[in-house]
Amino acid sequence: MISAELAIPLALFLPLAGFIAIWLIGEKSPNLREAATLVTGAILFSLAVIVFAAVAGGARPDFELIEVIDGLPIAFQAEPLGAMFAVIASGLWIVNSVYSIGYMRGHGEEHQTRFYMCFAVAISAAMGVAFAANLFTLFIFYEVLTLSTFPLVTHYGDAKARNGGRIYLGVLMATSIGLLLPAIVWTYAITGTTDFVAGGIMAAHSEAVAPIAGVLMGLYAFGIGKAALMPVHPWLPNAMVAPTPVSAFLHAVAVVKAGVFSILKVAVYIFGVDFLHETGAGTPYMWIAGGSILLASAIAMNKDNLKARLAYSTVSQLSYVTLGAMLATQMGVMGGAMQIAAHALGKMTLFMCAGAIYVAHHKSLVSELRGLGRVMPFTFGAFFLGAMSIVGLPPMAGSWPKFFLMLGAADAGQLAIIAVLMISSILNVIYLLSIPVQAFYMKPAEDGAKPQGAENASIQWGNLKEAPILCLAPPMVTAAGAFLLFFFADPLYEFLTPLIGGQ
Amino acid sequence: MNLIAQLPVLPIIIPIVAAPITLLLPKGRVPHLWACLFSWLTFAACIALFAEVSSTGPISYHLGDWAPPIGIEYYIDLANALVLLLVSGIAAVVFPYAYRSVQLEVDERQTPLFYGALLICMTGLLGVTITGDAFNVFVFLEISSLSGYALIAMGARRDRRALTAAFNYLVMGTIGATFFVIGLGLLYQATGTLNMADLADRLIGQDNRMVEAGFAFILVGMGLKLAMFPMHLWLPNAYTYAPSAVTAFMAATATKVAVYVIIRFIFSVFNFDFAFIGAAFTYVLLPLGLAGMFVASFVALFQEDVKRMLAYSSVAQIGYMLLGLSFATVEGLTATLVHIFNHALMKGALFMAVGCVVLRAGSHSIYAFAGLSKRMPVTTWAFLISGLSLIGVPLTVGFISKWYLLQAAFEAGHWYAGFLIVASSLIALAYVGRVAEVMLLREPAEDGKYAMPKEEAPLSMLIPMWVLVAANIYFGVRTDLTGGIAQRAAETLMSMAGGAP
Repeated sequence: MISAELAIPLALFLPLAGFIAIWLIGEKSPNLREAATLVTGAILFSLAVIVFAAVAGGARPDFELIEVIDGLPIAFQAEPLGAMFAVIASGLWIVNSVYSIGYMRGHGEEHQTRFYMCFAVAISAAMGVAFAANLFTLFIFYEVLTLSTFPLVTHYGDAKARNGGRIYLGVLMATSIGLLLPAIVWTYAITGTTDFVAGGIMAAHSEAVAPIAGVLMGLYAFGIGKAALMPVHPWLPNAMVAPTPVSAFLHAVAVVKAGVFSILKVAVYIFGVDFLHETGAGTPYMWIAGGSILLASAIAMNKDNLKARLAYSTVSQLSYVTLGAMLATQMGVMGGAMQIAAHALGKMTLFMCAGAIYVAHHKSLVSELRGLGRVMPFTFGAFFLGAMSIVGLPPMAGSWPKFFLMLGAADAGQLAIIAVLMISSILNVIYLLSIPVQAFYMKPAEDGAKPQGAENASIQWGNLKEAPILCLAPPMVTAAGAFLLFFFADPLYEFLTPLIGGQ
Repeated sequence: MNLIAQLPVLPIIIPIVAAPITLLLPKGRVPHLWACLFSWLTFAACIALFAEVSSTGPISYHLGDWAPPIGIEYYIDLANALVLLLVSGIAAVVFPYAYRSVQLEVDERQTPLFYGALLICMTGLLGVTITGDAFNVFVFLEISSLSGYALIAMGARRDRRALTAAFNYLVMGTIGATFFVIGLGLLYQATGTLNMADLADRLIGQDNRMVEAGFAFILVGMGLKLAMFPMHLWLPNAYTYAPSAVTAFMAATATKVAVYVIIRFIFSVFNFDFAFIGAAFTYVLLPLGLAGMFVASFVALFQEDVKRMLAYSSVAQIGYMLLGLSFATVEGLTATLVHIFNHALMKGALFMAVGCVVLRAGSHSIYAFAGLSKRMPVTTWAFLISGLSLIGVPLTVGFISKWYLLQAAFEAGHWYAGFLIVASSLIALAYVGRVAEVMLLREPAEDGKYAMPKEEAPLSMLIPMWVLVAANIYFGVRTDLTGGIAQRAAETLMSMAGGAP
């Protein structure tokens, strides 16, 4: 058994070994190349689980790579939030790799070697973000994650991809260098450290920090562009030019979760929930997050392209985590943390279903999906479960974060935020749950004809036209995961308790 | 005579003896090998000198055993030991790189002249850095400048505009040198000495118009040499039309040495007791540094020519150095010294990558970079990594520079400067990103002016270039040499000038 101390550096370097293996094998043997990805993924997941188990036992395994500048090491330390993120990211990477194989081959895509290589670097960077022991380290891996995903976004290399890639890289780099980096250096200049410390590092320097706490929090909230808080969200819809596995894993799990994860880390371990509460530094951004939730949902409703609709839904759902952090209450933080896990499972399901539909029927518009449920019942069944989780209906995992966020909002005395959460769920019902419902119950739209309402033709095995099994099974697995997580909310709560100051 | 005792003079003696002999060698390969050999010997001497200084402290060497202030003194402390290491180190990678590039870009009959002039230019820059005698600075400055004019003019084989560029630089550079020597004259008038340490002693309490004018002349003269905005007009053309190897060498060293001279004069000759030093920080270096950062970056954004774009970027980067200096704190000075070193690494690598493209595509227009990742992937990656370094992405030296500068800005209370620094980096993101997009996502030209074979640059160019790229990464992770030494050097300089430690 590998010790948790060793598991952290291994988790960082293993994907890079996988990267080299994928590179060396290349197009010579696609099967061997994909095996390299899957083996790396499996080992990585077990490493993340080892760390997770150690953290659950109360340990805080750490590892220091190198001291770059005096007092600023590239160092790692696992804590509950990071361990959870690492397990989710590495676990879903395996699922997504299986799905990628089905999708990329089903599509006959080019540059598949580059595709898997970039994925390996991205997952390594995600591990770095998850285990970072200080802001300095976090920033380094945050940027690596941005750069390594750029070739994935511009995978097709055409004018559309170029344009999307330009906005993707432009917004993410501009926010991180323009706002996040000065925020980190400013923090360092005031406190003399960038370490993540339970209870935060700001409280000890409250005299210096208090006058600028609101500004500093703003630099973090918008500087962490990956959290897609409006108005720094445009990179996310533009990233949808990428192949669907990229959207499913990176732009529903690894990249965006790295963003909201960083926001939570800053709120909990840099500012500290109590300090944030006392200064009220998060309040303006709480309202911006609330506005972001509603506005993005409203935009999503008007998107006919399925991936674009899911992208705006992601923008909306990410702001739940930001909202939880900015509420500056224990339950808010807990809700935000759980949302990271629940939304990852739910949204990835939806994206993979969207990709499966595209592979099987080459349909990408919501209006084209009517009646399709009867030929793809498994896909749309998974879609239905995923959408339920996003909306927050029991018995799906997504209901718990909403519950805790509402508790948090009540603790903070922000009743309007509860209203925001309720309205958002209703909007989600309209623009997400309606898709599988229409797919199952409505007649396929003929050219120019209006939908005719319910039709009674039953689902028959002979009529089924599902995507290849490698594209079909992964969304069903994640949908099942979202279902199961509902019943394991209590262990997860226990695991995350140290985050809010409990034992 | 013991060689170690004579160590301080070796970085000057070795190349200055070797350079004239180069002229006597037959044209072709021989002068190149000869010059390479001596650039490496010089580098070795500088490493030894650096090691000596960092372990035993400052060295004072009396040329010909004439005691200062009558004789010429070489005075080496950590600050100039670092710059010596930088200049000779860059030379040691540019000289091997030059061969193929020069073969294409310079008339073959001129090769002995070319390598001789390059050696002399290096000698001049090393001399300016090493000397502790103010007038000697002027002499070496002219040695490096005159050979520099000749080197730039040798680009005329490929583009006749090199001649006007060289002439422009000659006029501007000479004005700068004249101003500098007028300033020295005024100081001499006031003190009767030209030795820096002696000048510093005798200037104490002499807060009069003559000294003030002397400082102003020196600042403007050096400002011209280092291309301080808005005195940078000679630089873009000179860098664009010079042979690639010359651009790589000069961009990485010449302006840096001039920045070093300003630092040396402000901290070791003058000091903070003079009111005009503070005024120069607040009213000259700070605003001009900021203006340069933005104006030059913006201009860079709209260049069709990659070499010219990088040249404007250099003017902007000099703005960072002046900005760090203008904070007048140890952190600020550290940031400037670190950036002098780091910027040399990134710009050296970038200009070398452009040189590789010129070798294959025959042009440094941005159109020649279309689809470069498919034609010259190794060069493309070198350009990308050093470009990321220029932007300031983590794990590269550019990030370290940005970090030190931002830290200095926030700790000095100039938080607005902190945001201006990152804002100007974002412009760098835009202009580097533009080239990156063209290289990665455009299709290469199949025919016409910019068509090029699918052929990588030769190893003799790739290896030196990648040495610099590797240095960009190495010093982006290990900062003992840059940050650590720069901080010690900054503390020494600051205590010399009587500033707050």
